[in-house]
Amino acid sequence: MNTHLGLIGKKLGNTQIFTDSGEVRRVTVIEGGPCVVVGKRTPEKHGYTALQLGFGKKRTKGVNKPEGGFYTKLGIDAPKVVKEFRVAPEVAEKFEVGQQITVADVFEAGQFVDVSGTSKGRGYTGVMKRHGFAGFKASHGAHEYQRHGGSIGMNMTPGRVFKGKKMAGQHGNKKITVLNLRVVKVLPEEGLVLVEGGVPGPRNGIVTVRTAVKKADKRFEA
Amino acid sequence: MSSTVPQIAALEKAQLRDVPPFRVGDTVNVHFRIREGDKERIQVFTGVVIRHHRAGLRSTFTVRKISYGVGVERIFPVHSPRVEKIDIAARGHVRQARLYYLRELRGKKARLRASQRAGTEQVLKDHGVKDAGAAGGKKKKRGKKRKKKAAEA
Repeated sequence: MNTHLGLIGKKLGNTQIFTDSGEVRRVTVIEGGPCVVVGKRTPEKHGYTALQLGFGKKRTKGVNKPEGGFYTKLGIDAPKVVKEFRVAPEVAEKFEVGQQITVADVFEAGQFVDVSGTSKGRGYTGVMKRHGFAGFKASHGAHEYQRHGGSIGMNMTPGRVFKGKKMAGQHGNKKITVLNLRVVKVLPEEGLVLVEGGVPGPRNGIVTVRTAVKKADKRFEA
Repeated sequence: MSSTVPQIAALEKAQLRDVPPFRVGDTVNVHFRIREGDKERIQVFTGVVIRHHRAGLRSTFTVRKISYGVGVERIFPVHSPRVEKIDIAARGHVRQARLYYLRELRGKKARLRASQRAGTEQVLKDHGVKDAGAAGGKKKKRGKKRKKKAAEA
């Protein structure tokens, strides 16, 4: 489980960056935070340690009374998105409820991060688009069977279709995490993180960026 | 094209470099920084611009030259920090945006007429080769001679 601190952010889009040595890095620009700590989970009360972070501002019309009351007490606007980040107790200690966290607090150029987001929804999709099946021939007598998936199993033995059989269905609009993306640049003033590579979801989609679980920090060679 | 997202547009704009106003058909000297091991040096690539792909920060241009009888083309990113300098050695008169037809032509047929466009002299003065003789291309000389003749006449 990822117990590193992260931020909730918004995917702004893709561009490219020239490094000092003149190489091109393809980057995704993410507006990371600022996030507000809206709550804390403690071992005593909840059995685990976590920080609850809020991002953005919900329009007043969408805030009901109990929710509004909760945030008024904290003295902040009701956030659009709230997410919980499981963190180590030492990390949780450093932050107070109501405190703001910005990109500069969490990320550094050169480190690796994992980015999660909701992938673009493609609706109910056939087997060729969803699983990359090859389909069938357009000629040689093939007839009304160009984009089908073929057989889905055998006969009496096993007498059933195996679980997990790749078939048509909903494609996309699902939480996807991309691991080990390198942070190319952090712009604290603009609140931007530039991450090398692609990130799931459409522009203006909500993503979470966390320090990578599987890859240790490595300094970025300029 | 620059991005419609203001933050990204600003990022891209900040990386744009000052580039001389070269056009397709111009003969240019591209001073390109090259790394060999841990040493860095500048190599000059001289040839005709046969394509200018205008795409904001992602813009590139293709330069074609004949090297030892073999056609060589290189694509340079316009805004790369490795492109040290671009000199305009001569301006050619062209009627196409992409000069792919030059690939089919050899020798004398692969020449371009000097541009008669207004302002050519000024551009050459501002962005031309300052240390003449350092990179002497036949095309450049020819173009200049013609212009001299035209001026005398």
